[in-house]
Amino acid sequence: MAHHRQHSTQTTSNSHEQFSSHVVPASVLVAVFAALLVLTFLSWAATWVDLGVWNLWLAMGIATVKAALVALYFMHLRYDPSFYALVLAVALVFVLLFVCLALLDAVEYYPDIHAMTQG
Amino acid sequence: MNDTENPTENHSANSQHGHSPFLAHHFSSHRQQYEAGKLGMWIFLLTEILLFGGLFCAYAVFRANRPEIFLWAHRFLDKPLGALNTAVLITSSLTMALAVRSAQLDRPRRSAFFLVLTLLCATAFLGVKYVEYKHKWEDGLLWVRQFRPVESAAVSGEAGAADQRPRHAGIFFSIYFAMTGLHAIHVLAGMAAVGWVLVRTLRGHFNSQYFGPVDYVGLYWHLVDLIWIYLFPLFYLIH
Amino acid sequence: MTEPSAINYLTYPRGLRSWLLTLDHKRIGVMYLASVALALVLGLIFALLMRTELIAPGRTIMGEDTYNRVFTVHGAVMIFLVVIPVIPAVLGNFCLPLMLGAKDVAFPRLNLASLYLWWVGALFFLITLAFGGLDTGWTFYTPYSTTTNTNVLAAVTGVFILGFSSIFTALNFIVSIHTLRPPGMTWRRLPLFLWGLYATGLIQVLATPVLGVTLLLLAVERILGLGIFDSSLGGDPVLFQHFFWFYAHPAVYIVILPGMGIISEVIPVFSRKPIFGYRFIAYSSVAIALIGFLVWGHHMFVAGQSVLASTIFSALTFAVAIPSAVKVFNWLATMYKGSIELAAPMVYALVFLFLFGIGGLTGLFLGTLSVNVPLHNTHFVVAHFHYVIVGGAVMAMLAGLHYWWPKMFGRMYNQTWARLSALLIFVAFNMTFFPLFIMGGRGLVRRYYDYSVFLETNPEFTFYNQLASVGGYLLVAGFVSMALCLISSLWRGRPAPANPWGAPGLEWQSSSPPPPENPPPPVQVGDPYDFSEALLPSGT
Repeated sequence: MAHHRQHSTQTTSNSHEQFSSHVVPASVLVAVFAALLVLTFLSWAATWVDLGVWNLWLAMGIATVKAALVALYFMHLRYDPSFYALVLAVALVFVLLFVCLALLDAVEYYPDIHAMTQG
Repeated sequence: MNDTENPTENHSANSQHGHSPFLAHHFSSHRQQYEAGKLGMWIFLLTEILLFGGLFCAYAVFRANRPEIFLWAHRFLDKPLGALNTAVLITSSLTMALAVRSAQLDRPRRSAFFLVLTLLCATAFLGVKYVEYKHKWEDGLLWVRQFRPVESAAVSGEAGAADQRPRHAGIFFSIYFAMTGLHAIHVLAGMAAVGWVLVRTLRGHFNSQYFGPVDYVGLYWHLVDLIWIYLFPLFYLIH
Repeated sequence: MTEPSAINYLTYPRGLRSWLLTLDHKRIGVMYLASVALALVLGLIFALLMRTELIAPGRTIMGEDTYNRVFTVHGAVMIFLVVIPVIPAVLGNFCLPLMLGAKDVAFPRLNLASLYLWWVGALFFLITLAFGGLDTGWTFYTPYSTTTNTNVLAAVTGVFILGFSSIFTALNFIVSIHTLRPPGMTWRRLPLFLWGLYATGLIQVLATPVLGVTLLLLAVERILGLGIFDSSLGGDPVLFQHFFWFYAHPAVYIVILPGMGIISEVIPVFSRKPIFGYRFIAYSSVAIALIGFLVWGHHMFVAGQSVLASTIFSALTFAVAIPSAVKVFNWLATMYKGSIELAAPMVYALVFLFLFGIGGLTGLFLGTLSVNVPLHNTHFVVAHFHYVIVGGAVMAMLAGLHYWWPKMFGRMYNQTWARLSALLIFVAFNMTFFPLFIMGGRGLVRRYYDYSVFLETNPEFTFYNQLASVGGYLLVAGFVSMALCLISSLWRGRPAPANPWGAPGLEWQSSSPPPPENPPPPVQVGDPYDFSEALLPSGT
């Protein structure tokens, strides 16, 4: 039984094919790092100001910008085939789905809960 | 995610071109193996996002139903420590990304250096978390069944206001410990993975043709950072 | 006719270690088959115990506490150890690389790890049985599951571990289908069984982690008193149901989608006709996977869920039936004007169409808000899910097993015996579960060990339960007969040719059984449903 497999369809394997991958410049990584630190400070500073309900959305917004920077540059999505970003997006969509549909109950019952627990 | 620890008999002879002996027999090229491993890791990250997603859902439901609990209880968390931990984790992401980059550029010693820095940052993170948890323990600020805040439990600069404590206030700490606890477990697991990749780096397994495991562990580590990026404002930055 | 070639994946390499440490997907599939079969036996024993208790009103062989444990373990074993893993782990593992012309799955060691994790999960189930039992129902609803003193911890640990087994298998399959397809096999030339496995994999990776966190929280609630499901501490028991069903509803599509994939393979071959509406069937698999995530609240219509949420879930439940119906019509259209051959796989496929049709349609009854109120928690629900799970997925698994058996083991089984077993299973199944629709519609509550309280208004319940119990015994006899037919073929069966059914798929190119190393794919990959060449079945 032959143990040397010839792949009849592929170009003969890796032996003569250099695999090159994209390398992120170090300067980009450091710049992203600096931006992340600045944004962290900004989100902390935002709590010194009272914006009512917008505080939550501002905090989440800044967090999302930070997350996007990590995903695009540290996790390489900016330079990769878009399929990996699709995987990430699908995960986030499903979490959102779960949260929103479960919150429908909270929206309907909040008046009752509020009345019961304020006593 | 990677099955390529055993050099294969077919290809070891070709290593003089800078190729790696680490190519599993069922893959036809390094590129195919790398892309398979990368997709595998991204799908695993998807499962982790869904895992934490359940907890984010619990957070959302409880915060929507009982906002007064969150407004009252979050003040017991130490904002500066939380911000410090955020910075520490962001730094660890930088060092991890630099470690991957060094592996791609055939610089194993530099890669090992950055991996060690990543481990140090992770240790610092867990150290800060230990300090925080210890304070909560001493102040009786634990999850609901063990929620017995001591009189002196006060946050920096603001009174504990025990008389205004909402009913079931301990729920905040239940969610806090569940989420930060699960996150800390993932930090530990990440440290183990980084340590494993460090060992392989020191053994000279990785080069520009084969650096997948460093990349995949890096992706996992960035996810751990990503989750904390959301945990920080949700718990520490409530206004 | 030659003997199965002496050197095949079953015989070489030799020795127990070579099996336990194998990276060969074919061997892993076979080990899963043996393991899941044992779990099925355990689940069937509990089923027979239940039906024996219900054969007469009042206490027959056990009291209420024991009955609670019996139906719980029956459900948990069947769902988590049998129907969720079976088709992907057994037939998926065996066929996927062969259908792709690949040497193995993308991550062979992860594949072996999945098998090990299944064994460890099963071990935790055995520990649960031996130490304390479980009486929460397979659904683990709080607050009962956080307060009962049965061995919830061992059980949820087992299920948690099984969840990882499931996730890793799915991850392996998704990556394999993306990266290991041979040149020429575009997505539109992918065999439909692989489309089914792919869609199933999507569900597994998206839903199972939520089960993981749910069980984790349940365990922490029991051990530490975390409190988020305990209303006396400010928690929310309905939140547990949201968590649980976010996984457990898509889980039923994990169960059925691979089965539908099998049916899409079997019907064209035994109608000697290409599948009708390939694209519709492929996309409907993905549609079922996605819409299946949007209907979980239909298990919670009477749990205190908000009216708005219930309405949305009900509407989406109707929507999810559509892609399934699309498949059924395409299968029927495939058979239309085909040349039907009623070999055992085809008999099971026809049984599937009939039983899954009934099961699926009765789902619509349950999805209708107002009708759900009197039907919830009755035997109508029990009948519905047995029709879709057993009548659907299990029948599809048997179709697939009878279809690929010659390839897997190199032996033909006795067709007459196989078909008679299928007939017995079909008749006995209806005898067991159809009466449950009737009784459920008339109010018989499920999970009761004694229905005598209903006999004043519904004296016929005694007869229907007797019918169901006798049917249950006959059904198990049918399974035993089917199993003996297949197992005895390993010694007595005629050696199988490479392609006994004259099927066009790539997996039929190798010998039966295949060699340890898979053959490479052909230079030009054709259409997996191309019957134009004269591929006459050899000696069926």
